[in-house]
Amino acid sequence: MALEDLAGDGVVFTTVRKLMNWGRSNSLWPLGFGLACCAIEMMSTSASNFDISRFGSEVFRSSPRQADLLIVPGRLSWKMAPIIKQLYDQMPDPKWVIAMGACASSGGVFKTYSIVHGVDCIIPVDIYIPGCPPRPEMLLDALIKLQKKIRDPNYEITITNKGVPDHETVKLREDDI
Amino acid sequence: MSEKKAVRLNPIEILRGLSLTLREFARFFGGGKVTLEYPEVRPELAPRFRGMHRLERYKEGPYKGLERCVGCSLCAAACPPAAITVVAEDNPVNPAEWKSPGERYAVVYEIDYLKCIFCGMCVEACPHDAIVMKHDFELADDSRAPGFNKFIYSKDDLLDRVYEGPDEPEFKIGKGS
Repeated sequence: MALEDLAGDGVVFTTVRKLMNWGRSNSLWPLGFGLACCAIEMMSTSASNFDISRFGSEVFRSSPRQADLLIVPGRLSWKMAPIIKQLYDQMPDPKWVIAMGACASSGGVFKTYSIVHGVDCIIPVDIYIPGCPPRPEMLLDALIKLQKKIRDPNYEITITNKGVPDHETVKLREDDI
Repeated sequence: MSEKKAVRLNPIEILRGLSLTLREFARFFGGGKVTLEYPEVRPELAPRFRGMHRLERYKEGPYKGLERCVGCSLCAAACPPAAITVVAEDNPVNPAEWKSPGERYAVVYEIDYLKCIFCGMCVEACPHDAIVMKHDFELADDSRAPGFNKFIYSKDDLLDRVYEGPDEPEFKIGKGS
């Protein structure tokens, strides 16, 4: 049971809740859990070049009972699905899930019977990251968005480059010729 | 049995190996900083980095302002996870109302970014250089429920704006056409 369920909705407790959410968002401890190649990017995110500890998430816990954040890095097979469900159920209650990569989010290229087409089939997902595999910066970007979501429940994610893309364009074809 | 040699610890080799460790140690603690402060500093991407797509327009020549895409669906055929949906329609009879210089244009062009693996096959397959890949990668979002799927980018999200710069005197036919 989360602390909010005990607290109620008074003026004092909403302020306390804000404080608690601020603390939670700045110490998201992920579960040390890897499935496929996205896990390599997740490990490199915790290395010194990208340094996930700048956001308070460097403590990859080995036990789900000490973790707040479940990053699902890689494709999830149906054989593995009950295990990840059990891991998710063992995590204490204010918990969040990031589906990292195309395979964890939607199945990606694996149009087969043996792959779960999106981990949201079995556990609720808060943030999806596209990419195959995503860059470490994409994981950091998702983590920042998740932190903003935890601090403010009404936070709406906006993709700044959607609509009128303005960044530098690269034509692969012209480089080849 | 004479080929079997006893493995001895060579102190010179150990010192040589440790010198590399010490050199790296001195590099880090002598002021060298490897951490990229990501949200403030964007990483230096390779020039051919494959990020979010863009649908191009003709920037010069008699077709200036028209869409390059003629709705041939070759990108959808080349896409390994089948993330691209193209629905083509005939251009209007009046040439002034043409959307693209070909017979047809793409009336629906959608990319599902949760399936996309950013392989660049669509860019290679396109005979008119209509689709290119840019350097935008911050695409993490929080919903892919039916009806609220934020990851299916429509043509409005992908299409380039109308080009308003100066016209080039020579019209060059695209490399692939």
